Amino acid sequence: MESHAYFHSVTLDQEKCRGCINCVKRCPTEAIRVRGGKAEIITARCIDCGECIRVCPHHAKKAIFDPMSIMERFQYTIALPAPALYGQFNNLDDINLILAALLKMGFNQVYEVARAAELVSDATRKYMLRPDIVKPVISSACPAVLRLVRVRFPELIPNILPIHAPMEVAARLAKREAMARTGLSEEQIGAIFIGPCPAKVTAAKMLIGGEKSAVDGVLAIQEVYPHLIGLMKKVTSADLSQAGRMGIGWGSSGGEAAAVLQEKYLAADGVENIISVLENLEDEKFYGLDFVELNACSGGCVGGVLNVENPYIAKVKLKHVRRYCPVSCNRLPNDDLSNYLWEKPLEYEPVLELDPDFRVAMEKMKEMRRIQSHLYGLDCGSCGAPSCRALAEDVVRGIATEDACIFKLRDQVEELAKGLNLLAQHMPKASE
Amino acid sequence: MSDTIQLNFTVPGDDFTRAGEASSEVKGILKKLGLSPMVVRKVAIAMYEGEINMAIHGGGGEITVEISDQWVQMVLADQGPGIPNVELAMQEGWSTAPDSVRNLGFGAGMGLPNMKKYSDEMSIDSQVGVGTTVTMRVYLNL
Repeated sequence: MESHAYFHSVTLDQEKCRGCINCVKRCPTEAIRVRGGKAEIITARCIDCGECIRVCPHHAKKAIFDPMSIMERFQYTIALPAPALYGQFNNLDDINLILAALLKMGFNQVYEVARAAELVSDATRKYMLRPDIVKPVISSACPAVLRLVRVRFPELIPNILPIHAPMEVAARLAKREAMARTGLSEEQIGAIFIGPCPAKVTAAKMLIGGEKSAVDGVLAIQEVYPHLIGLMKKVTSADLSQAGRMGIGWGSSGGEAAAVLQEKYLAADGVENIISVLENLEDEKFYGLDFVELNACSGGCVGGVLNVENPYIAKVKLKHVRRYCPVSCNRLPNDDLSNYLWEKPLEYEPVLELDPDFRVAMEKMKEMRRIQSHLYGLDCGSCGAPSCRALAEDVVRGIATEDACIFKLRDQVEELAKGLNLLAQHMPKASE
Repeated sequence: MSDTIQLNFTVPGDDFTRAGEASSEVKGILKKLGLSPMVVRKVAIAMYEGEINMAIHGGGGEITVEISDQWVQMVLADQGPGIPNVELAMQEGWSTAPDSVRNLGFGAGMGLPNMKKYSDEMSIDSQVGVGTTVTMRVYLNL
């Protein structure tokens, strides 16, 4: 397997891991194994979706994000709140209170990601008019989806919308504005995203679609939340918000697709559902679709593991808080998309293939099928792999042995017992 | 390399929801073999259409997939009613699917034309009252 120097937000706390197989079973790219009683993440396969964090009963899987002290590293800081943040508060009617509280927390400026989302929606609408694009266009805002397509669905790479996500666009625009206004250099300004998931943390460290992200740090919504709650009681509302319903709608599933203003769209959320949609798209089972919005988390970004509120409650709150917002406040000044389009294309990462050499891969596949036919097909996970097929695959990849299967082991013990029995019968009897 | 990988599948004749399982499994195997996305896609679509045909018209049947270092071959055999006029069946939009099937979104008359389009070679051997065997090949172009 190729060993890339991957950064991953999703990591394991060795101390807390009990070696159960909850995460192993749930991982959509089969990236986790239990070895020596502890879970291990195969980093080349991990897409940072956070499913393992969600299911781990021992809280051994966690997301790395930046500490609040990251703000001290810069002379001037800009908060980039994700739309999902607006769905975390009870009885909130005014988004301006959150934004004012962020300033009170120490940020010099706030640039709403929802504002950038409206620009991205406009850019998407313009992109959709191009005659040479592959339809349906698949949204690129969820970094876990991009990483999933990159390792599992290479056929669909041409369908991916090659436009930067709102987080990235917000960071770039906000920094440019701040540089012009303050005269500070880019290094002195910190653009800090306040986000819902580990996939976004990874996206800020290792950008897909460009060389380097303009986002300098990511704080988790759940870390910022307790500070905001206190501060929101102390601030008075000021006219800070510059986003409309369309941009804020991106915070939950269906929001992005609705903002494209196309009738023939589909919005799917939850990692199993998006895999099934991607499989169907790959087989061309859907006809006449123009746009496909995919979110790895159930409910969309409000379902990210770094939120506070239940995704479905957050969705209701998000709807509530945007009631009095205008429909949309931001549009592109012209038809030039160059500031929005990716600088680098998405490339297939064949981390799931058995061997780069087809003939060797064929031999490994035969061996894998032979091994699998001898396993019991219970997919119990006791060997540390998610299924019998995955164990057979691990054996041909050289990272496991067949006797990791406890049922195989039982057979061997049985054979051994029979042998002993036979041997005992042949032993001369003691005189009676 | 001398021999091939052979895969056998049974397609049920009465359950649409299961049609596509075989092509999905083949797709996974081809990806693991590192074949190009284009080849995988061609095989997956051609085979899926074939599976649907077997479920709708053929009353189910058997699929044998063989992978060599030159091609992927799919043989789809059913003991259904057979195709009286193969030429007509090959025309886009020609369909004999009943309304119950069309209501499910199938039966648009694109099955055989799509199989022809996505495979590099296709032959149909059909006898009325006996059954239909479709053989398709997609070349790997390694």
